[in-house]
Amino acid sequence: MSDLLFNFFAVFTVVCAVGVVVNKNAVNASMCLLLSLIGVAGLFALLEAYLLAFVLLLVYGGAVAALFLFIVMLLDMQGGKRPPFKRATLVASTVAAGLLAVGVLSLRPQAGQLPAPAEIPAIGASLKLYAYQLFTTYLLPVQIIGFLLLIAMLGVIVLSKKFEGVEDIK
Amino acid sequence: MIHSPLILAAGQGPFEATLNAYVILSAVLFAIGFFGVLLRKNTLVIFMCLELMLVAATLGLVAFSRYNGTMDGNVFVFFILTVAAAEVAVGLAIIVALFRKRQTIQVDELDALKN
Repeated sequence: MSDLLFNFFAVFTVVCAVGVVVNKNAVNASMCLLLSLIGVAGLFALLEAYLLAFVLLLVYGGAVAALFLFIVMLLDMQGGKRPPFKRATLVASTVAAGLLAVGVLSLRPQAGQLPAPAEIPAIGASLKLYAYQLFTTYLLPVQIIGFLLLIAMLGVIVLSKKFEGVEDIK
Repeated sequence: MIHSPLILAAGQGPFEATLNAYVILSAVLFAIGFFGVLLRKNTLVIFMCLELMLVAATLGLVAFSRYNGTMDGNVFVFFILTVAAAEVAVGLAIIVALFRKRQTIQVDELDALKN
């Protein structure tokens, strides 16, 4: 059952990821990204990282995909023709694809070396452990991340503000 | 050691999804995102592919964390998601500012630093 779900989510995620890359329309690409992220959230749930699956759906599926769609609508750059690829680009990407394929194939399971999933506590205890670690061991990173979010917010405000007297400053 | 039913379902079936499967899937996702970054000309789509690469890396982290039995990977992924959200906001703001200045977001036409 778990294996079936894994296969389903894996195929779904990869197909949607390919859709992001090959779609000419940026709106379709961002919808494919959203579907692909939903697939990854399903994989997270299979890995018993329920909180992360939920956060991924909320943050990525909710906020980020909507932000992408919003920017696509705002910029409205449909209809631009895609120039054909150069020969060097094609050769380089083929070589890189071959190298990546070799790398991925070298990860194939060797017989008798498969680690079983470690025995971790049940969900409730695991979530408690998670929160405990977040607020004890990783307290400083949490604070820094909060500060980083504040800085990002200020930066975005400054970036998207129109400066009227920018010529005077120069 | 007590086995919970969930762990039995996830880990000890005859054909369970192994760590290798997750790592290969993560590598494939990362490769797809990488080729999107290399091949696409639209800055927004490049940015989406960048997000795809980030999510692929987090999938690998969560899988390793699960099969290691520790929570550290999950906590790290939590931080990565936060940073990625901030990164998306800043990146999209930069793209909008760029579009305002240059009226295009095709990377071929953004060659002010060339030569």
